[in-house]
Amino acid sequence: MIEIKNLHKKFGKLTVLEELDLTINKGGIFAILGPNGSGKTTLIKCILGMVIPNKGEIVLDGKSILKKWEYRNNLNYLPQIANFPGNLSVIELLKMVKNLRPKESNEKELIELFGLTPFLNKKLGNLSGGTKQKVNLVLTFMFDSELIILDEPTTGLDPIALIHLKELIAKEKEKGKTILITTHIMSLVDEMADEIVFLLDGKIYFKGSVDSLKKQTEQENLEHAIANLIEKQYQTATTK
Amino acid sequence: MLKILKYSIYDLLRSRWSYVYFIFYLMLSFSLFFLNNDIDKAIITLMNVIVVLTPLIGTIFGVMYYYSSKEFTELLLAQPIKRSKIFMGQYIGISLSLTLSLVLGIGIPFVIYGLFKSAAVFDFTLLLVVGAFLNFIFVALAYNIALSINNKIKGFGYAILMWLTFAVIYDAVFMGLLIHYNDYPLDQFTLIATMLNPIDLSRILILLKLDASALLGYTGAFLQSFYGTSMGLIVSLSALSMWIVLPILRMRSKLKKKDF
Repeated sequence: MIEIKNLHKKFGKLTVLEELDLTINKGGIFAILGPNGSGKTTLIKCILGMVIPNKGEIVLDGKSILKKWEYRNNLNYLPQIANFPGNLSVIELLKMVKNLRPKESNEKELIELFGLTPFLNKKLGNLSGGTKQKVNLVLTFMFDSELIILDEPTTGLDPIALIHLKELIAKEKEKGKTILITTHIMSLVDEMADEIVFLLDGKIYFKGSVDSLKKQTEQENLEHAIANLIEKQYQTATTK
Repeated sequence: MLKILKYSIYDLLRSRWSYVYFIFYLMLSFSLFFLNNDIDKAIITLMNVIVVLTPLIGTIFGVMYYYSSKEFTELLLAQPIKRSKIFMGQYIGISLSLTLSLVLGIGIPFVIYGLFKSAAVFDFTLLLVVGAFLNFIFVALAYNIALSINNKIKGFGYAILMWLTFAVIYDAVFMGLLIHYNDYPLDQFTLIATMLNPIDLSRILILLKLDASALLGYTGAFLQSFYGTSMGLIVSLSALSMWIVLPILRMRSKLKKKDF
Protein backbone atom coordinates (compact mmCIF):
# COMPACT_ATOMS: atom_id res chain seq x y z
CA MET A 1 0.00 0.00 0.00
CA ILE A 2 1.23 3.48 -0.86
CA GLU A 3 0.26 6.45 1.27
CA ILE A 4 1.17 9.92 0.10
CA LYS A 5 0.54 12.78 2.48
CA ASN A 6 0.67 16.50 1.82
CA LEU A 7 3.21 16.21 -0.99
CA HIS A 8 4.71 19.44 -2.33
CA LYS A 9 7.14 19.84 -5.18
CA LYS A 10 8.38 23.01 -6.82
CA PHE A 11 10.82 23.31 -9.69
CA GLY A 12 12.13 26.83 -9.30
CA LYS A 13 9.04 29.03 -9.28
CA LEU A 14 6.86 26.41 -10.90
CA THR A 15 4.69 24.46 -8.47
CA VAL A 16 4.16 20.98 -9.86
CA LEU A 17 2.62 19.12 -6.92
CA GLU A 18 0.63 20.89 -4.23
CA GLU A 19 -0.81 19.39 -1.05
CA LEU A 20 -1.23 16.08 -2.79
CA ASP A 21 -2.80 13.30 -0.72
CA LEU A 22 -3.22 9.87 -2.25
CA THR A 23 -3.73 6.36 -0.98
CA ILE A 24 -3.23 3.42 -3.30
CA ASN A 25 -4.32 0.06 -1.97
CA LYS A 26 -2.48 -3.15 -2.60
CA GLY A 27 -3.36 -5.03 -5.76
CA GLY A 28 -4.87 -3.76 -8.99
CA ILE A 29 -4.14 -1.47 -11.90
CA PHE A 30 -4.14 2.24 -11.27
CA ALA A 31 -4.06 4.63 -14.20
CA ILE A 32 -2.54 8.01 -13.42
CA LEU A 33 -3.98 10.43 -15.93
CA GLY A 34 -3.89 14.13 -16.54
CA PRO A 35 -3.06 16.69 -19.21
CA ASN A 36 0.55 17.39 -20.16
CA GLY A 37 2.44 19.00 -17.34
CA SER A 38 -0.05 18.00 -14.66
CA GLY A 39 2.63 16.34 -12.53
CA LYS A 40 2.18 12.64 -13.39
CA THR A 41 5.83 11.91 -14.00
CA THR A 42 6.89 14.03 -11.03
CA LEU A 43 4.55 12.06 -8.77
CA ILE A 44 5.97 8.78 -10.03
CA LYS A 45 9.53 10.00 -9.66
CA CYS A 46 8.80 11.05 -6.09
CA ILE A 47 7.74 7.48 -5.32
CA LEU A 48 10.92 6.24 -6.98
CA GLY A 49 13.09 8.63 -5.01
CA MET A 50 14.39 10.31 -8.16
CA VAL A 51 12.66 13.59 -7.38
CA ILE A 52 12.99 14.83 -3.82
CA PRO A 53 9.78 16.52 -2.58
CA ASN A 54 9.93 19.86 -0.78
CA LYS A 55 7.39 18.77 1.79
CA GLY A 56 5.28 15.75 2.62
CA GLU A 57 5.61 12.07 3.30
CA ILE A 58 5.51 8.92 1.19
CA VAL A 59 4.90 5.66 3.03
CA LEU A 60 5.20 2.28 1.37
CA ASP A 61 3.88 -0.69 3.35
CA GLY A 62 4.13 1.26 6.60
CA LYS A 63 7.65 2.55 6.08
CA SER A 64 8.72 6.01 4.96
CA ILE A 65 10.73 5.80 1.75
CA LEU A 66 12.20 9.29 1.58
CA LYS A 67 16.02 9.21 1.45
CA LYS A 68 15.95 5.40 1.42
CA TRP A 69 17.00 3.10 -1.40
CA GLU A 70 16.56 -0.50 -0.25
CA TYR A 71 12.80 -0.44 -0.91
CA ARG A 72 13.50 -0.20 -4.65
CA ASN A 73 14.44 -3.88 -4.63
CA ASN A 74 10.71 -4.56 -4.47
CA LEU A 75 9.76 -2.12 -7.20
CA ASN A 76 9.98 -2.31 -11.01
CA TYR A 77 10.02 0.85 -13.10
CA LEU A 78 9.65 1.40 -16.82
CA PRO A 79 11.01 4.85 -17.73
CA GLN A 80 9.43 6.98 -20.43
CA ILE A 81 12.45 7.21 -22.72
CA ALA A 82 14.53 4.11 -23.19
CA ASN A 83 18.08 5.14 -23.87
CA PHE A 84 20.88 2.76 -23.02
CA PRO A 85 24.65 2.95 -23.38
CA GLY A 86 25.24 2.39 -27.09
CA ASN A 87 28.39 0.33 -26.57
CA LEU A 88 26.67 -2.49 -24.68
CA SER A 89 24.79 -5.34 -26.31
CA VAL A 90 21.29 -6.33 -25.21
CA ILE A 91 22.50 -9.43 -23.38
CA GLU A 92 25.21 -7.45 -21.57
CA LEU A 93 22.67 -4.89 -20.41
CA LEU A 94 20.36 -7.63 -19.11
CA LYS A 95 23.27 -9.26 -17.30
CA MET A 96 24.29 -5.95 -15.81
CA VAL A 97 20.86 -5.13 -14.42
CA LYS A 98 20.55 -8.68 -13.08
CA ASN A 99 23.92 -8.25 -11.47
CA LEU A 100 22.75 -5.04 -9.78
CA ARG A 101 19.66 -6.75 -8.44
CA PRO A 102 20.41 -10.06 -6.80
CA LYS A 103 16.93 -11.44 -7.33
CA GLU A 104 15.24 -14.19 -9.31
CA SER A 105 14.53 -13.19 -12.89
CA ASN A 106 12.66 -14.74 -15.81
CA GLU A 107 14.13 -12.81 -18.71
CA LYS A 108 14.26 -15.84 -21.06
CA GLU A 109 10.50 -16.11 -21.26
CA LEU A 110 10.15 -12.39 -21.92
CA ILE A 111 12.87 -12.32 -24.57
CA GLU A 112 10.98 -14.99 -26.44
CA LEU A 113 7.63 -13.28 -25.92
CA PHE A 114 8.87 -10.05 -27.51
CA GLY A 115 10.91 -11.83 -30.19
CA LEU A 116 14.19 -10.32 -29.05
CA THR A 117 16.37 -13.42 -29.55
CA PRO A 118 17.91 -12.19 -32.86
CA PHE A 119 18.84 -8.88 -31.22
CA LEU A 120 20.57 -10.26 -28.13
CA ASN A 121 24.11 -9.73 -29.39
CA LYS A 122 23.39 -6.47 -31.20
CA LYS A 123 24.65 -3.19 -29.78
CA LEU A 124 21.94 -1.15 -28.10
CA GLY A 125 22.95 1.90 -30.12
CA ASN A 126 21.87 0.17 -33.33
CA LEU A 127 18.36 -0.81 -32.22
CA SER A 128 15.18 0.94 -33.35
CA GLY A 129 13.03 2.85 -30.88
CA GLY A 130 10.41 0.11 -30.66
CA THR A 131 12.98 -2.63 -30.09
CA LYS A 132 14.61 -0.55 -27.37
CA GLN A 133 11.23 -0.19 -25.73
CA LYS A 134 10.87 -3.99 -25.81
CA VAL A 135 14.23 -4.36 -24.10
CA ASN A 136 13.00 -1.79 -21.61
CA LEU A 137 9.90 -3.92 -20.99
CA VAL A 138 11.98 -7.06 -20.45
CA LEU A 139 14.12 -5.17 -17.90
CA THR A 140 10.99 -4.05 -16.09
CA PHE A 141 9.05 -7.29 -16.00
CA MET A 142 11.86 -9.78 -15.45
CA PHE A 143 11.87 -9.28 -11.68
CA ASP A 144 9.13 -10.35 -9.35
CA SER A 145 8.20 -7.22 -7.36
CA GLU A 146 5.15 -6.04 -5.45
CA LEU A 147 4.96 -2.65 -7.11
CA ILE A 148 5.28 -2.01 -10.84
CA ILE A 149 5.38 1.51 -12.24
CA LEU A 150 4.99 2.02 -15.99
CA ASP A 151 5.53 5.45 -17.53
CA GLU A 152 4.01 5.52 -21.04
CA PRO A 153 4.61 1.80 -21.65
CA THR A 154 3.08 1.72 -25.15
CA THR A 155 5.50 4.18 -26.82
CA GLY A 156 6.73 2.82 -30.13
CA LEU A 157 5.30 -0.68 -29.74
CA ASP A 158 3.81 -2.60 -32.65
CA PRO A 159 0.30 -4.11 -32.25
CA ILE A 160 1.57 -7.60 -31.39
CA ALA A 161 3.94 -6.31 -28.73
CA LEU A 162 1.09 -4.20 -27.40
CA ILE A 163 -1.12 -7.29 -27.00
CA HIS A 164 1.73 -9.07 -25.21
CA LEU A 165 2.19 -6.09 -22.93
CA LYS A 166 -1.49 -6.09 -22.02
CA GLU A 167 -1.32 -9.81 -21.26
CA LEU A 168 1.75 -9.26 -19.10
CA ILE A 169 0.05 -6.51 -17.13
CA ALA A 170 -3.07 -8.64 -16.65
CA LYS A 171 -0.93 -11.56 -15.46
CA GLU A 172 0.87 -9.42 -12.91
CA LYS A 173 -2.45 -8.12 -11.66
CA GLU A 174 -3.68 -11.68 -11.11
CA LYS A 175 -0.66 -12.28 -8.93
CA GLY A 176 -1.89 -9.47 -6.71
CA LYS A 177 0.65 -6.86 -7.77
CA THR A 178 0.06 -3.14 -7.60
CA ILE A 179 0.56 -1.55 -11.02
CA LEU A 180 0.71 2.18 -11.68
CA ILE A 181 0.43 3.28 -15.31
CA THR A 182 0.61 6.69 -16.90
CA THR A 183 -0.58 6.84 -20.47
CA HIS A 184 -2.39 8.95 -23.03
CA ILE A 185 -3.96 5.89 -24.68
CA MET A 186 -7.48 5.91 -23.31
CA SER A 187 -8.46 2.54 -24.76
CA LEU A 188 -5.74 0.93 -22.65
CA VAL A 189 -7.14 2.60 -19.54
CA ASP A 190 -10.72 1.66 -20.41
CA GLU A 191 -9.71 -1.93 -20.97
CA MET A 192 -7.39 -2.49 -18.04
CA ALA A 193 -7.56 0.06 -15.24
CA ASP A 194 -9.36 -0.71 -12.00
CA GLU A 195 -9.08 2.81 -10.81
CA ILE A 196 -8.31 6.19 -12.29
CA VAL A 197 -6.31 8.89 -10.54
CA PHE A 198 -6.77 12.13 -12.41
CA LEU A 199 -4.19 14.82 -11.73
CA LEU A 200 -4.75 18.47 -12.54
CA ASP A 201 -2.44 21.33 -11.57
CA GLY A 202 -0.59 19.14 -9.11
CA LYS A 203 -3.66 17.98 -7.22
CA ILE A 204 -5.86 14.89 -7.33
CA TYR A 205 -8.91 16.05 -9.24
CA PHE A 206 -10.66 12.71 -9.43
CA LYS A 207 -10.06 9.26 -7.98
CA GLY A 208 -12.35 6.34 -8.60
CA SER A 209 -13.34 3.60 -11.02
CA VAL A 210 -13.77 4.09 -14.75
CA ASP A 211 -17.53 3.62 -14.41
CA SER A 212 -17.92 6.19 -11.69
CA LEU A 213 -15.98 8.67 -13.81
CA LYS A 214 -18.30 8.05 -16.74
CA LYS A 215 -21.31 8.46 -14.47
CA GLN A 216 -20.01 11.64 -12.89
CA THR A 217 -19.30 13.30 -16.23
CA GLU A 218 -22.42 11.81 -17.88
CA GLN A 219 -20.35 10.46 -20.75
CA GLU A 220 -20.45 7.03 -22.36
CA ASN A 221 -16.93 7.13 -23.66
CA LEU A 222 -13.87 7.39 -21.43
CA GLU A 223 -12.03 9.68 -23.81
CA HIS A 224 -14.89 12.15 -23.69
CA ALA A 225 -15.22 11.80 -19.94
CA ILE A 226 -11.56 12.76 -19.51
CA ALA A 227 -11.92 15.59 -22.02
CA ASN A 228 -14.94 16.72 -20.04
CA LEU A 229 -12.86 16.84 -16.86
CA ILE A 230 -10.15 18.91 -18.50
CA GLU A 231 -12.69 21.19 -20.15
CA LYS A 232 -14.38 21.98 -16.85
CA GLN A 233 -11.02 23.00 -15.49
CA TYR A 234 -10.43 25.28 -18.49
CA GLN A 235 -13.81 26.91 -17.97
CA THR A 236 -13.30 27.57 -14.27
CA ALA A 237 -9.85 28.92 -15.08
CA THR A 238 -11.23 31.39 -17.60
CA THR A 239 -14.15 32.52 -15.43
CA LYS A 240 -11.81 33.14 -12.50
CA MET B 1 29.70 0.96 -6.40
CA LEU B 2 32.24 -1.50 -7.76
CA LYS B 3 29.66 -2.91 -10.16
CA ILE B 4 28.87 0.52 -11.57
CA LEU B 5 32.57 1.27 -11.77
CA LYS B 6 33.17 -1.97 -13.62
CA TYR B 7 30.47 -1.25 -16.18
CA SER B 8 31.52 2.38 -16.75
CA ILE B 9 35.07 1.26 -17.44
CA TYR B 10 33.82 -1.55 -19.63
CA ASP B 11 31.60 0.87 -21.54
CA LEU B 12 34.41 3.42 -21.95
CA LEU B 13 37.01 0.86 -22.95
CA ARG B 14 34.82 -0.02 -25.87
CA SER B 15 34.40 3.56 -26.94
CA ARG B 16 36.46 4.68 -29.90
CA TRP B 17 37.59 7.85 -28.13
CA SER B 18 39.50 6.00 -25.43
CA TYR B 19 41.62 4.45 -28.19
CA VAL B 20 42.05 7.69 -30.08
CA TYR B 21 43.31 9.24 -26.87
CA PHE B 22 45.59 6.28 -26.15
CA ILE B 23 47.04 6.23 -29.68
CA PHE B 24 47.61 9.97 -29.58
CA TYR B 25 49.78 9.66 -26.46
CA LEU B 26 51.49 6.59 -27.87
CA MET B 27 52.47 8.37 -31.07
CA LEU B 28 53.44 11.56 -29.30
CA SER B 29 55.77 9.86 -26.83
CA PHE B 30 57.20 7.49 -29.44
CA SER B 31 58.20 10.40 -31.63
CA LEU B 32 59.50 12.38 -28.66
CA PHE B 33 61.62 9.56 -27.28
CA PHE B 34 63.00 8.29 -30.55
CA LEU B 35 63.52 11.54 -32.42
CA ASN B 36 64.97 13.31 -29.44
CA ASN B 37 68.12 12.26 -27.70
CA ASP B 38 67.72 14.45 -24.67
CA ILE B 39 65.36 12.63 -22.33
CA ASP B 40 64.88 15.69 -20.11
CA LYS B 41 63.70 17.74 -23.04
CA ALA B 42 61.36 14.97 -24.10
CA ILE B 43 59.88 14.88 -20.63
CA ILE B 44 59.44 18.66 -20.57
CA THR B 45 57.65 18.57 -23.92
CA LEU B 46 55.48 15.72 -22.71
CA MET B 47 54.73 17.66 -19.55
CA ASN B 48 53.70 20.73 -21.52
CA VAL B 49 51.26 18.60 -23.48
CA ILE B 50 50.00 16.67 -20.46
CA VAL B 51 49.31 19.62 -18.15
CA VAL B 52 47.14 21.29 -20.77
CA LEU B 53 45.63 18.35 -22.62
CA THR B 54 44.73 15.99 -19.76
CA PRO B 55 42.55 18.64 -18.08
CA LEU B 56 40.86 19.42 -21.39
CA ILE B 57 40.15 15.79 -22.24
CA GLY B 58 39.10 15.06 -18.65
CA THR B 59 36.68 17.99 -18.72
CA ILE B 60 35.17 17.08 -22.08
CA PHE B 61 34.91 13.36 -21.31
CA GLY B 62 33.37 14.14 -17.92
CA VAL B 63 30.57 16.36 -19.20
CA MET B 64 30.03 14.24 -22.31
CA TYR B 65 29.68 11.03 -20.33
CA TYR B 66 27.30 12.61 -17.84
CA TYR B 67 24.96 14.07 -20.45
CA SER B 68 25.03 11.15 -22.85
CA SER B 69 24.34 8.57 -20.15
CA LYS B 70 21.61 10.62 -18.51
CA GLU B 71 18.71 8.33 -19.39
CA PHE B 72 20.69 5.29 -18.44
CA THR B 73 21.59 6.90 -15.12
CA GLU B 74 17.86 7.36 -14.57
CA LEU B 75 17.38 3.66 -15.11
CA LEU B 76 20.09 2.98 -12.53
CA LEU B 77 18.49 5.45 -10.11
CA ALA B 78 15.34 3.33 -10.14
CA GLN B 79 17.36 0.27 -9.08
CA PRO B 80 18.08 -0.54 -5.46
CA ILE B 81 21.40 1.32 -5.37
CA LYS B 82 22.39 4.35 -3.36
CA ARG B 83 22.57 7.53 -5.44
CA SER B 84 26.05 8.53 -4.43
CA LYS B 85 27.36 5.09 -5.37
CA ILE B 86 26.07 5.39 -8.94
CA PHE B 87 27.80 8.70 -9.50
CA MET B 88 30.99 7.83 -7.66
CA GLY B 89 31.20 4.65 -9.72
CA GLN B 90 30.83 6.59 -12.96
CA TYR B 91 33.27 9.27 -11.84
CA ILE B 92 35.99 6.82 -10.85
CA GLY B 93 35.30 4.81 -14.00
CA ILE B 94 35.92 7.76 -16.33
CA SER B 95 38.97 8.97 -14.43
CA LEU B 96 40.50 5.50 -14.32
CA SER B 97 39.97 4.74 -17.99
CA LEU B 98 41.48 8.11 -18.98
CA THR B 99 44.40 7.46 -16.67
CA LEU B 100 44.83 4.06 -18.23
CA SER B 101 45.02 5.60 -21.72
CA LEU B 102 47.61 8.05 -20.44
CA VAL B 103 49.75 5.55 -18.53
CA LEU B 104 49.78 3.01 -21.34
CA GLY B 105 50.18 5.61 -24.08
CA ILE B 106 53.26 7.09 -22.47
CA GLY B 107 54.43 4.04 -20.56
CA ILE B 108 54.80 1.64 -23.50
CA PRO B 109 57.28 3.81 -25.47
CA PHE B 110 59.09 4.53 -22.23
CA VAL B 111 59.58 0.85 -21.47
CA ILE B 112 60.52 0.02 -25.04
CA TYR B 113 63.06 2.83 -25.04
CA GLY B 114 64.59 1.12 -22.02
CA LEU B 115 64.47 3.99 -19.61
CA PHE B 116 63.75 1.91 -16.57
CA LYS B 117 67.36 1.82 -15.55
CA SER B 118 67.96 5.50 -16.09
CA ALA B 119 67.61 8.24 -13.49
CA ALA B 120 64.75 9.68 -15.48
CA VAL B 121 62.46 7.06 -14.01
CA PHE B 122 61.58 9.29 -11.05
CA ASP B 123 60.74 12.28 -13.19
CA PHE B 124 58.75 10.04 -15.41
CA THR B 125 56.79 8.56 -12.51
CA LEU B 126 56.06 12.05 -11.23
CA LEU B 127 54.76 12.93 -14.68
CA LEU B 128 52.36 9.99 -14.62
CA VAL B 129 51.24 10.72 -11.05
CA VAL B 130 50.57 14.35 -11.94
CA GLY B 131 48.71 13.27 -15.11
CA ALA B 132 46.55 10.91 -13.07
CA PHE B 133 45.83 13.67 -10.53
CA LEU B 134 44.81 16.04 -13.32
CA ASN B 135 42.44 13.42 -14.74
CA PHE B 136 40.73 12.87 -11.40
CA ILE B 137 40.59 16.61 -10.66
CA PHE B 138 39.11 17.72 -13.95
CA VAL B 139 36.62 14.89 -14.30
CA ALA B 140 35.41 15.79 -10.78
CA LEU B 141 35.11 19.46 -11.71
CA ALA B 142 33.32 18.54 -14.94
CA TYR B 143 30.87 16.31 -13.04
CA ASN B 144 30.19 19.16 -10.65
CA ILE B 145 29.31 21.45 -13.53
CA ALA B 146 27.19 18.82 -15.29
CA LEU B 147 25.29 18.03 -12.08
CA SER B 148 24.50 21.70 -11.54
CA ILE B 149 23.42 22.56 -15.08
CA ASN B 150 20.64 20.62 -16.77
CA ASN B 151 21.08 22.21 -20.18
CA LYS B 152 23.64 20.20 -22.11
CA ILE B 153 24.94 23.02 -24.31
CA LYS B 154 25.23 25.40 -21.36
CA GLY B 155 26.98 22.75 -19.29
CA PHE B 156 29.44 22.11 -22.07
CA GLY B 157 30.12 25.83 -22.40
CA TYR B 158 30.76 26.29 -18.69
CA ALA B 159 33.02 23.23 -18.61
CA ILE B 160 35.18 24.54 -21.44
CA LEU B 161 35.25 27.95 -19.79
CA MET B 162 36.40 26.29 -16.57
CA TRP B 163 39.26 24.60 -18.40
CA LEU B 164 40.16 27.80 -20.22
CA THR B 165 40.23 29.65 -16.90
CA PHE B 166 42.70 27.24 -15.33
CA ALA B 167 44.79 26.70 -18.45
CA VAL B 168 45.01 30.22 -19.84
CA ILE B 169 43.06 33.01 -18.14
CA TYR B 170 44.38 32.31 -14.65
CA ASP B 171 47.96 32.55 -15.85
CA ALA B 172 47.28 35.75 -17.76
CA VAL B 173 45.75 37.43 -14.70
CA PHE B 174 48.53 36.04 -12.50
CA MET B 175 51.18 37.39 -14.86
CA GLY B 176 49.46 40.75 -15.02
CA LEU B 177 49.44 40.99 -11.23
CA LEU B 178 53.10 39.99 -11.01
CA ILE B 179 54.10 42.66 -13.50
CA HIS B 180 51.87 45.33 -11.95
CA TYR B 181 53.09 44.73 -8.41
CA ASN B 182 56.66 44.20 -9.50
CA ASP B 183 58.02 46.43 -6.75
CA TYR B 184 56.56 44.41 -3.91
CA PRO B 185 57.81 41.11 -2.52
CA LEU B 186 55.61 38.57 -4.26
CA ASP B 187 57.11 35.27 -3.11
CA GLN B 188 54.31 34.29 -0.75
CA PHE B 189 51.69 35.46 -3.20
CA THR B 190 53.26 33.42 -6.00
CA LEU B 191 53.39 30.36 -3.81
CA ILE B 192 49.74 30.60 -2.80
CA ALA B 193 48.60 31.51 -6.32
CA THR B 194 50.25 28.40 -7.76
CA MET B 195 48.53 26.25 -5.13
CA LEU B 196 45.13 27.55 -6.19
CA ASN B 197 45.45 26.32 -9.76
CA PRO B 198 45.96 22.57 -10.23
CA ILE B 199 47.47 23.04 -13.69
CA ASP B 200 50.08 25.53 -12.46
CA LEU B 201 50.79 23.40 -9.45
CA SER B 202 51.40 20.33 -11.61
CA ARG B 203 53.62 22.22 -14.01
CA ILE B 204 55.80 23.70 -11.29
CA LEU B 205 56.04 20.39 -9.49
CA ILE B 206 57.52 18.75 -12.58
CA LEU B 207 59.69 21.68 -13.65
CA LEU B 208 61.34 21.85 -10.27
CA LYS B 209 62.03 18.13 -10.26
CA LEU B 210 63.75 18.54 -13.59
CA ASP B 211 66.10 21.17 -12.15
CA ALA B 212 64.82 23.62 -14.69
CA SER B 213 64.05 26.11 -11.95
CA ALA B 214 67.12 28.13 -12.85
CA LEU B 215 65.09 29.34 -15.82
CA LEU B 216 62.57 30.84 -13.44
CA GLY B 217 64.97 33.32 -11.86
CA TYR B 218 64.72 34.48 -8.27
CA THR B 219 61.11 33.33 -7.85
CA GLY B 220 62.17 29.99 -9.25
CA ALA B 221 64.83 29.74 -6.61
CA PHE B 222 62.30 30.62 -3.96
CA LEU B 223 59.80 28.09 -5.28
CA GLN B 224 62.57 25.52 -5.47
CA SER B 225 63.40 26.16 -1.84
CA PHE B 226 59.79 25.33 -1.00
CA TYR B 227 58.62 22.69 -3.49
CA GLY B 228 62.08 21.15 -3.82
CA THR B 229 62.01 19.79 -0.30
CA SER B 230 60.11 16.67 0.63
CA MET B 231 57.91 18.92 2.77
CA GLY B 232 57.09 20.91 -0.36
CA LEU B 233 56.27 17.73 -2.26
CA ILE B 234 53.93 16.58 0.51
CA VAL B 235 52.21 19.98 0.68
CA SER B 236 51.74 20.17 -3.08
CA LEU B 237 50.47 16.61 -3.39
CA SER B 238 48.00 17.31 -0.59
CA ALA B 239 46.96 20.48 -2.40
CA LEU B 240 46.29 18.37 -5.49
CA SER B 241 44.37 15.87 -3.33
CA MET B 242 42.24 18.69 -1.98
CA TRP B 243 41.38 19.54 -5.57
CA ILE B 244 39.86 16.06 -5.80
CA VAL B 245 38.31 15.88 -2.33
CA LEU B 246 36.52 19.24 -2.38
CA PRO B 247 34.72 18.71 -5.72
CA ILE B 248 33.71 15.21 -4.59
CA LEU B 249 32.26 16.59 -1.36
CA ARG B 250 30.30 19.17 -3.31
CA MET B 251 29.12 16.47 -5.71
CA ARG B 252 27.79 14.41 -2.81
CA SER B 253 25.96 17.30 -1.20
CA LYS B 254 24.52 18.29 -4.59
CA LEU B 255 23.31 14.73 -5.16
CA LYS B 256 21.30 14.72 -1.94
CA LYS B 257 19.06 17.49 -3.26
CA LYS B 258 19.03 16.86 -6.99
CA ASP B 259 15.93 15.86 -8.95
CA PHE B 260 16.20 13.59 -11.96
